[in-house]
Parts: sequence; structure tokens; C-alpha cells
Amino acid sequence: MPSFVSYLIHTLFPPSVRLPDILLIDVGLVFGIIGIVVFLTKTGRWGSLWRDWLTTVDHKKIAVMYLIAALLMLFRGGVDALMIRAQLAAPGAHFMPASQYDEVFTTHGTIMIFFMAMPFIFALFNAVVPLMIGARDVAFPRLNAMSYWLFAMGAALFNVSFIIGGSPNAGWTAYPPYTGLAYNPGPGENYYFLALLIAGLGTTMTGINFLVTTIRMRAPGMTLMKMPMFVWSTMVTSALILFAFPPLTVALAMSLFDRLFGSSFFTLAHGGMPMMYVNLFWLFGHPEVYILVIPLFGVFSEVVATYSRKALFGYPLMVVSILAIMFLSYGTWVHHFFTMGAGPGVNAFFGLSTMLIAIPTGVKIFNWIFTMWGGRIQMTTAMLYQLAFIPTFVIGGATGVLLAVVPADYQFHNSYFLIAHFHNVIIGGTVFGLLSALYYWWPKMFGMKLNERQGRWAFWLFFIGFWVTFTPQYFLGLKGMTRRIYTYPAGFGWHQLNVISTVGALIMGAAFVVLVYNIVWSLRFGERDLTGDPWDGRTLEWALPSPVPEYNFARIPVVHERDAWWAMKQRGQSLAGSLRAEDVHDVEMPKNTPIPFLIGVSFFVMGFGMTFKWWPIAIIGFIGVILCLLFSGFDYDDHHHLKADVIRNTEASLGRLQG
Amino acid sequence: MFHQWVKRPYRKLMLVALVAGLFSAGCGQQYVMLDPAGPVGKSELHLMILASIAMAIVIAIVFVLFFYALIRFRDKPGNTAPYRPEWDGHKWLEIVWWVLPAVLLTVIAIPMVKTTYALDRIPKAKDPVVIDVTSLTWKWLFQYPGQHVATVNYAVIPAGEPVLFELTANSPMNAFWVPQLGGMEYTMPNRVLPLWLEASKPGTYWGRSAQFSGIGFEKMMFNVKAVSPAAFQAWAQNTHATASPMTMQDYKQLLKFNTVGNATYGGYPQDTFPTVASGFTLTGSGMYTIEHNKNGIKYLPMTMSTNR
Ligand code: HEM
Ligand SMILES: [Cu+2]
Repeated sequence: MPSFVSYLIHTLFPPSVRLPDILLIDVGLVFGIIGIVVFLTKTGRWGSLWRDWLTTVDHKKIAVMYLIAALLMLFRGGVDALMIRAQLAAPGAHFMPASQYDEVFTTHGTIMIFFMAMPFIFALFNAVVPLMIGARDVAFPRLNAMSYWLFAMGAALFNVSFIIGGSPNAGWTAYPPYTGLAYNPGPGENYYFLALLIAGLGTTMTGINFLVTTIRMRAPGMTLMKMPMFVWSTMVTSALILFAFPPLTVALAMSLFDRLFGSSFFTLAHGGMPMMYVNLFWLFGHPEVYILVIPLFGVFSEVVATYSRKALFGYPLMVVSILAIMFLSYGTWVHHFFTMGAGPGVNAFFGLSTMLIAIPTGVKIFNWIFTMWGGRIQMTTAMLYQLAFIPTFVIGGATGVLLAVVPADYQFHNSYFLIAHFHNVIIGGTVFGLLSALYYWWPKMFGMKLNERQGRWAFWLFFIGFWVTFTPQYFLGLKGMTRRIYTYPAGFGWHQLNVISTVGALIMGAAFVVLVYNIVWSLRFGERDLTGDPWDGRTLEWALPSPVPEYNFARIPVVHERDAWWAMKQRGQSLAGSLRAEDVHDVEMPKNTPIPFLIGVSFFVMGFGMTFKWWPIAIIGFIGVILCLLFSGFDYDDHHHLKADVIRNTEASLGRLQG
Repeated sequence: MFHQWVKRPYRKLMLVALVAGLFSAGCGQQYVMLDPAGPVGKSELHLMILASIAMAIVIAIVFVLFFYALIRFRDKPGNTAPYRPEWDGHKWLEIVWWVLPAVLLTVIAIPMVKTTYALDRIPKAKDPVVIDVTSLTWKWLFQYPGQHVATVNYAVIPAGEPVLFELTANSPMNAFWVPQLGGMEYTMPNRVLPLWLEASKPGTYWGRSAQFSGIGFEKMMFNVKAVSPAAFQAWAQNTHATASPMTMQDYKQLLKFNTVGNATYGGYPQDTFPTVASGFTLTGSGMYTIEHNKNGIKYLPMTMSTNR
């Protein structure tokens, strides 16, 4: 079988062949854009696109935009992954040239982390956090829209690199001095630094926004210890973002200065200190991996309780462990470079701190299992992802502990063992969590359920594909295969395992196709959610109709217990039909504004100009940013009043008004 | 091969833990991390196995609880398992699962710290052979300051005694890795990092760069040939006497961005390896100068006033 694969790949892609893939995609993009423009014009939707989406400040719509972007990026990152796996399926293969391979693994990692996982997580924050805490929006709605557009334009800039000028090629970690001009003269790394700087700015603002939202905007009675776990995880993640992104910003900016303005912070010449970049990057990077997983810890805590029909087990200690993780995660970054000669004292310290952080992480697993214990477990698709997550994540955490054993890491580092570890935790934790959340909250976001049968198909393909892909990679690591190699000679015994891994990747690709089919099918034919509470949920978002009206709560609820909505239902209360007309008052809502969109576009122009050192363009973009800020600063007309009558009508039409 | 595997008791345990799918793929010795050929690799493998066992215990406990809960408390008609929707905590259970991982991790942590310190000290040997390693784009240069020879893309070392590698880069970062001899260490410009390794027996062990450094990176492979100390001396003397020395011109040639085959030189110009560098020596940390002379290598710590 492997030799057949070898044969196939070598005959289909001899070294002389250069795939015209980029050209094809360029042409496809042009036609795609023309198609979209024609469609919008013919159906007369430009106005609605502008009014309802580009200028919106409604957290629910921003959530949808984040979600669409994340799924698109999941597609792009997934195609990259399949290309990597194709290239590695046979020794000495030339599926693509080495230079392109380097671009592909770089964009795969960068996109999956910064432009897939992060926006997907922010989609969840936006979609549910205000609803869970009984608020009408986030603390700073306009800032929220700005965060989105900065992210979107950063992502756009990053993807443009593919079409114009060439993609970054130094890995998602972008270690200098390889990113310096001496080794990397093309514009690719400029794209990388600028795109991440722009998107990172948005992310930092999201952190601030949700930190303030969760602290300041909770409904009366919702004390800290009555917050749903997902809100806790949002709060902690936001705090992590707030302190983790500045080091990244500094590292990126310094690298960019080295490239654009001839400074020597990290260069080989003039006594630059590449090691300093590595420190700054991981000072961000380790908290980042917890930024990627803590929100999903929150999701799992909600999902397991709902579908076990039982209260979350050990809530106080869940809070303690998440806080412990937050603090400890700033103190483990050196474990990403034990092999850079920090000396035994430093290495031992960081090995120990890493093991320490494994304790609160592991404890949460037991709490989820005991939430199931004594419950009634319903095997919905969302719950299946939860059930897949527990064993998968435990194994990923265990291999993480192996990596934390300093002398063992001297061997494991940068081998496929490491690759397997982090996919084990990121797919098993983050991606399974995101998909669980997608199925769980989809009815709330869109008013209909995702088809469960198709969902189960996608789930099983994902789950099996995941294990088929990554189990062999642990063994490849033990066989000494290192990461980011373009190809390998026969004779190391790496071939068979790589073939298996590629097959697994194809299965995951199939899973993605089924997932998309599931979404498209359900949008048209999916079972409508008329109750607003399809899962017999526990938290406040399920007290609202699906999809949620613009103002969220006609009357802000008062919270007495932890699982507020569950408790209300136990007492025989319900929000439906219980609303009295005289309790509805005028509501102040934030007003739509084009500023966030325009500021995003300005940043894009500026970033694009800087990438190619086309200073006039960069300056135009910069002026745009300044003008937007000035205009926004003096724009006092930023909210409008939603009349009580309008709300009463809406609620009455939903059957939620008394009498 | 196989009976060697089962001799040591810990290996037996590992067989249980790992091997099912492992040998079915054939050629156990291709699992280079599990087949160390020297004391460094062996002590690292030791820890891998110890930690794997501890983690296997955790995994086993979690799996048993998880599958039990999953099967017992499924929501299906006629399930008689107790349903306790309000049960949301149990002090002693929770104490158990905070303490249990802590205990298991302590079991790993103590030998981990010990080995970390142990691997940092080169065992007492009269004068270890010193090899100055420079990663170039995309090739490896090995210089022998004691023997006055240099090689490209392969190294010869005496077997049965520790060898000191001093690592630097005149290129983007790379990582110097010979898996069967032991773990890796980065090569970084403007720094010199030490790494000692030892091959117990003569043999050829492959090495490669483990840190991505550009399009030729996957070709940065090299072999380390371990030969008897006497053969090593003979090789070094013979090479020094017969091979032509590397000129500055040759060195500049090596700096080009390309891949090359093996090469051997009977000497090399001064100033091609840093003599002043920051980093950590095997005897302490900080800035130091490296002095090579006939009797071996000396690290001279620098005081603040002599810093660059
Ligand atoms: C029990 C918890 C965990 C432990 C003990 C742990 C330990 C480690 C260690 C020691 C490394 C560095 C290995 C090396 O570079 O040689 C590492 C790498 C990594 N871990 Fe984990 N980890 C844990 C959980 C996680 C989680 C939850 C995530 C993300 C969701 C994660 C994502 C990563 C990533 C992305 C890398 C590699 C980054 C790179 O080099 O590209 N880890 N982990
Ligand atoms: Cu980390």
C-alpha cells in the first residue's frame, strides 16, 4: 500500500511539474467576486448588506460574522493541511516545491490559531455571553464592532499574501533571524507581522470589552459565584488576552522594524538577540494556548450539565482551577525552549511549573465525569463532542506532561511527538469544543436546529479521522521525524506511518464536507426552534426566544440561583407569557455606525502599503485611521431609543406578553 | 534485538505500555528515541518511561470512571441507575483528585530535576574531545580545536567517552540532534551552547537539524561515526597530516545558501568560531571567553567591565 502511494505520487507529481494551483485560485477568486457583486446587485441587497451587517453593532450579528469568517478560515487552513499531508505521503515526493511547502505549513498554523480558533471563540462570546448574564449588549458595542473589523481586515490582509507577493514562510512562530531580510527578502513575513498586529489589536480590544462586560453588565442578583461557567471562562480568557497580547505585539513590531526600518533587534548582524524574540513570543504563546482552550472548558461545563440533566459538579473548585490556570499559565513559557541552553535551574523550574498547571487542568476532567455521574446522559451531537473530548484531551494532557519532563523534551522537542501533542489538545479540546458549541447554540443563533443525523456522521468522521491522523505522528516522533521538513528519504521507516496519517487527514476533510452540508441543509430544512429552549437548558439564554430579538431581554431578569433558568423552571416560572405590558419600558440601544468598518478598511490599506513599503498608500490608510478615530470621538449621537410599544408588539407576536 | 529489549525490567513495562502497534510496523531499532546508544539518551529514555507509566495510571483511572459513567447513566428507557440532578459536590472525592495527580507528578518531578542537573555536567573525563559545531545554511561544520581538523556534514567521535559539543550558528537557528545519542540543543548566532553526548559503542548514528531554517533545511542531515579512541586519534592525526586545510575562501564558500556533500579538512582558519559569546557553560552561566589550547578547553568568565 505505501509503495503504491509512493508510485502514485511520484508519477502524478514528478519534480518538474509545478501545479498551477495559485493561478487557478486567483482566477476562481476573480470570478467569485464578480459573482457576488452580480448577485447582490440583481437581488438589490447592497443596502441590506450595509445596514444589517457592515454597520451593525449588535453582538448577535457580529457573532454571525465571526462564525462565517471562522468557517471560511477553517476551510482554507484545512486545505493547507491536506496539502501538507499529500506532500508527506511518500518519501522524496514533489507534490509542490519546497518554497511552497514552507508557505503552506506557515499559513496552516497561523490561520488555524489566529484566524480560525480565535474568531470562532469570539463568535461564541458574542453570541451568548450577553444573553447568559441578562444584558442587552456588551459593554462597548462600537468597540466590539471595531474588534471584529480589525480581525476581519487582518485576516484579509493575511490571505491576500497568497495572491499578491507570496505568503509568509517561517512557521507560525516566525523565529528570527530567519524572518530577517538577509534570509527572507520577500514580502511574506511583512504580511505576517502586519496582519497579526492588526488582528491582535482587535483581539486585545475584545479582551477588554468582555472583561468589562462580565464584570459590569451582569443582571441584578448574578454574583460572581452565580455566573455560568461559560461566563467565568470568558472573563478569565479576556484577562489572559489582556496580558498575553502585549508581548506578542512588541515582538511582532520589533521584527517588523528590523525588516522595514533596518533596526537590529533580532538580526544576525549587529549583535541582535534572536533569543529575545523567542522569549517574548512564548510569553504570549503559552497563555495563548490556554486562551484557545479555556473558553471551551466553559462550553463543556454548560454542555455536560445540560445533557446530563444535572448540576455541574464541583462548581467552586472549577472556578478555583480556572483561576489557577490563569495565573500559572504566565509562568511556564520556557517549556517551549528547554533546548536553548537556559541552564538546569531555569529548565527545572519551568518543568515543575508546567507539571503544576497540569493539576488544575486534570481536575476539571474529573469534575465533568462526575457531572455525568448520577445524571441522565442524552447522546446529542453536542454531547458526542463532549464525550469525545474527555478521553482525547486526557491523552493530550498526558503527552504534554511527558514534554514537560525536561530531559525527555530534549528528545521530543520539534519532533512529530510534539506535533501530535498539540493537535491532540487543540483538536481534542478546542475544535471539539467549538463544534460542540456550534450544535448546542445553533438554535439560539439561527432559530433552527442542525440536523442531528448528519451531525452524527460529521462527528464520527471527525473523531475517527483525528485519531487516524495523529496516532501515527506520535510514533513518527519516536522514530525521529522532525517538524516542518519538506520531505524525507526512504529508509527511516517513516513512510507507512505517514501514509496512515494522510488517510486520516482525508477522513477529516470528508467530515468537514459533511459539516458544511449539514449546515446548508439545516438552514433550509432544519427543524425550527419555536420554544427558545430546545435542550431544556439551564442558563438565561434559553429563557429567550430563538432567534433573539434585537433588545435581548424585554425586562432584565433578576437572578437568585446559579442555573437561573433551570431554577425558574423548577419553580414553575417561565418568561414566556409572564411579561406584563406595564413592565416594558423604552430601551436605549447602540446605534449602527460605519466607523468600525471604515477603520478596518483603513488599517487594511495601511498594512498593505507597509507590506510593500509603498509609503503613500500606507499614509493614506493611516490618515483614514486618524479621521475615523476623530470622527468617532466627536460623534455623540451613538444610541437610539427603542419604544416600549415596539417591544410589546414583538413580544406579543412571540406569544410572550401576558393577557 | 528482541531479547535485548526484554532484559531490563523497565523495558518490559514499556513493552506493555507501548509496543502493540510498534513492532508490527517492523524494525524496532528505527524507533531511535527508544533505542539509545549512549548514557545521555538512556537517562532520557528512563524518564520518558517513568513518566509514561505515571500518565498511563492517570489515563486508566479516567477511562474507567468515564466509561462507567457513560454506560451506567445513559438516558434510555428503563435505566434504573439513581438520578440525582442536584448532586453537585463531594468534598472528599474532590480532595482525592487534587491530591492524586499531585502525587503522581511528584514521582516524576524528583528524578526529572535530578536528571536535568546531571545532564548539565559533563562526567569527569581527563580531557574530553571538544567539537565546535556551526550550523550554516544548509550544512553542518564540525571543527576540532584540539585536533586541528574540520569536517562538513559528518563527525567522528571516540566511543566510550563523553564528547563536548559547542554549538553556534552562522545562519538562522537550527537544532543539533543525534537522537540515538541524546537530546538536542539549539544552535544560535552570537551564542555558544554546550552539549555533551557519548556513544557507548562504535557505530554510525544519524543526526539532523530539528529547527526549521529555510528551503534546504530538510537536507541538514549528518552522520556521527563513533570509533574506538585509538582509531579516533589515528583518524585525527592522519587527517591533519594529509587533508588540505580549510582556507578562509573555503569557509566563505560554505556560507553560501546551498547544500553540499561531505568534506574533510586538515585544519581551519582562526576566527571562524566565536571565542567570545554569551550563553551558559557547563560550569556556570554568563558571559565568558573560550580558550582552546593543547591541553583542552578553558572557560574564562568575564567580569562586567570586560563585557562587549
Ligand atoms: C496538561 C496540560 C499541558 C501540558 C503539560 C503541556 C505541555 C507542553 C509542553 C512542555 C510543550 C513544549 C514542547 C516542546 O516544544 O518541546 C507544549 C507545546 C505545545 N502545547 Fe501543550 N501542554 C498542555 C496543554 C496544552 C493545551 C491545552 C494546548 C492548547 C489548547 C496546548 C498547546 C500546545 C501547543 C500549540 C504547543 C506547541 C507550540 C509549537 O511549538 O508550535 N498544550 N505543551
Ligand atoms: Cu506552553
